[in-house]
Amino acid sequence: MRKIKKFGSLLAATAIAVSGIFSFPSAAVYADDASTTYSYTYDIWGDVQSSPDAYRATKHISGDMFEFEDAEGKTVAKNFVEPQGQFIRGNHIFVCDTGNNRIVEIAYDGKEYKGVRQITEFTDKNGEALTLNKPYDIYVTENYEMIISDYGNERVLHVDKDCNVIKIMTTPAVTPFNDPVDARVFQPQKLIMDTAGRIYVQAEKINKGLLEFDTRGEFTQYVGASPVKFNMVDYIWRFFMTEKQIEAQPRFVPTEYNNVAIDSEGFMYVTMSVYDDNDFLTANPVRRLNSTGSDILVRNGNDPPCGDLKWDNAGGYNGPSRFYDVVTFDNNSYCTIDQTRGRIFAYDFQGNLLYAFGGIGNRLGYFRKPVAIDRMGDSLFVLDGQYSNITVFELTEFGTLINKALREYQNADYDKSAEYWNDVLRLNGNYDLAYIGVGRALLRQDKFAEAMEYFKAKRDRRNYSKAFEQYRKEQIEDHIGDFVKALIVILVGIWLIKKVRKIQKEVRECD
Amino acid sequence: MRLKKIKLSSFISKEWLSHFGKTLKYSLYVIFHPFDGFWDLTHEKRGSVGAANFLVFLFLMLNILKLQFTSFLVRNINLNRINMWVEIASVIAPILLWCVSNWSFTTLMDGKGRLKEVYMGTAYALTPMIIIGYPNMILSNFLTIEEITFYTFFDTLGMIWFVALVLAAMMMIHDYSLTKTVFSSILTIVGMAVIVFILVVFFSLISDGIAYFVSIYQEIQFRFY
Repeated sequence: MRKIKKFGSLLAATAIAVSGIFSFPSAAVYADDASTTYSYTYDIWGDVQSSPDAYRATKHISGDMFEFEDAEGKTVAKNFVEPQGQFIRGNHIFVCDTGNNRIVEIAYDGKEYKGVRQITEFTDKNGEALTLNKPYDIYVTENYEMIISDYGNERVLHVDKDCNVIKIMTTPAVTPFNDPVDARVFQPQKLIMDTAGRIYVQAEKINKGLLEFDTRGEFTQYVGASPVKFNMVDYIWRFFMTEKQIEAQPRFVPTEYNNVAIDSEGFMYVTMSVYDDNDFLTANPVRRLNSTGSDILVRNGNDPPCGDLKWDNAGGYNGPSRFYDVVTFDNNSYCTIDQTRGRIFAYDFQGNLLYAFGGIGNRLGYFRKPVAIDRMGDSLFVLDGQYSNITVFELTEFGTLINKALREYQNADYDKSAEYWNDVLRLNGNYDLAYIGVGRALLRQDKFAEAMEYFKAKRDRRNYSKAFEQYRKEQIEDHIGDFVKALIVILVGIWLIKKVRKIQKEVRECD
Repeated sequence: MRLKKIKLSSFISKEWLSHFGKTLKYSLYVIFHPFDGFWDLTHEKRGSVGAANFLVFLFLMLNILKLQFTSFLVRNINLNRINMWVEIASVIAPILLWCVSNWSFTTLMDGKGRLKEVYMGTAYALTPMIIIGYPNMILSNFLTIEEITFYTFFDTLGMIWFVALVLAAMMMIHDYSLTKTVFSSILTIVGMAVIVFILVVFFSLISDGIAYFVSIYQEIQFRFY
């Protein structure tokens, strides 16, 4: 009888466990069929923890969705051909259709994407027409002036809203462009304009940093050259080499950037992808440059922002992540895009990985060669250079909660932030940042023991230590009276025993 | 069937126990008087292999307990990735390797000590690490991140004490001068590396050999089956 009872209770327990497993995914996460769970984070041990999607791919935008009149007056819808750059200003998307030598402006009215115009020609001050040759990137100012890197024509164009040329930046008269022996061709790729109207250009095969042009279009200086990295062993070897051998060696040169973006505070973000596979943790592939060109990106996460920490040779996609673009958010979070495995990595203002998603593939939400990432509000637009389309990602409930929690944290409203983190934990019990966020709020509410538990769970040493210090102090203050009492009792006890012994001894001696 | 009542004393005699206790207690004398202590340890038979085994066991237990009970502020260990056999081996193997390697070299270098004595000396030298280690492990749970220096200090103290004691032990057991002791210790460490290397070579050779016969067997099997 007892056995049967035992079995019955076991069965019940199993049933509860099973139903628990199946009922756990809350309706909010898997509300629609389109949702996938290919997002993940890395935990404190550097292991992949899968996560609900923070962004969900909703749409492809391709070039043939938009009809424009061509030179003969016919209406045609052309696909993009190897587009390299895009820029989003307001609800307008500007795509550099590099292979078709045009720029396509698309407007989003909240429901649909509509082609506004295609830009192929500009009028210069003499009234002559200029055309584009492989436009690589575009930046659009708030009053819709456009700065276009005209890669094939070796120049940067600054034009107004109606395509009238304001200024043209051509090959600057500095090294290595004016080198008498080995003059480099000026091939501008990515560019931005800062709030003061200076233009920063990243040009191909230039490792001196970004080229800065002033408001008149004159070259002023190189900015933010990547510091040279020495290899100690190679450096020592050089002492034993002849001149010719040294010349044959690869030179210690700074690496070149491959993209540039600007954040809401006016700081430049740059990415670079040329580094040794084994150096991926120290290479700092994404950097935030201040006005003097030094890297001020905060890297307080468990691991530096470098994309994937672990990988295997999956279908030939091997090696560390290689970042090719970065987009920044108003709360100093940023997303980078990786061409090795076609993934998007989102980091918060402290450099913690928020989530990673994407991949190489041919479904919605996967890429072949992502070249640019931008955002419209909270939606992400990823341009694929080989599929020649834009994938639109929209923020899910999970992602929204994370953003809210981060925002409250930055506003120093830790309790409110903890509420959102608790909601995040409801959707993803493996989300390390949420535990630390909740712990932080508990710490501020003087609930030290609970806070310690949360910090210990995710091995946040610094915060745990802070909570523990307070907890220890509290415990000592609470029990110091007991300690003193115990001490007095012991001392009095010893004194009494000694006294008794003495009397005993005296009594014995008397006998 | 009548079961005999098993008494502890039928396995461990009272004399053995008192000898064991005495020799174990002697480790406390040794760590403060290393030169006298290690001389008498072997020459006056004031130490025992039983006590040495017990000391090694305590040291092993310390290293295992440390994995779980040291504060994560000091040692941040992912317990999911711990392999207990590897942890045990990583304590026992170096001690045994040291003893074997040391004995091998010192027999060629006029060392007076036998393998048993080398083992005893090494084990008794572990005493300060054990005595400091257990309280230190508990202490670590009462420290904040800034105070970890205390833990590190005591940990290092134990290590330095251990190394000094091992050197003293080798000096006394083999009747060496200090320079010869240091020289032989360095050789011993090199010898340990050589032994590990040979073991690895041996292991791969054997596994290759086995693989060879296995493949022959498979070939024959494929042909006739």
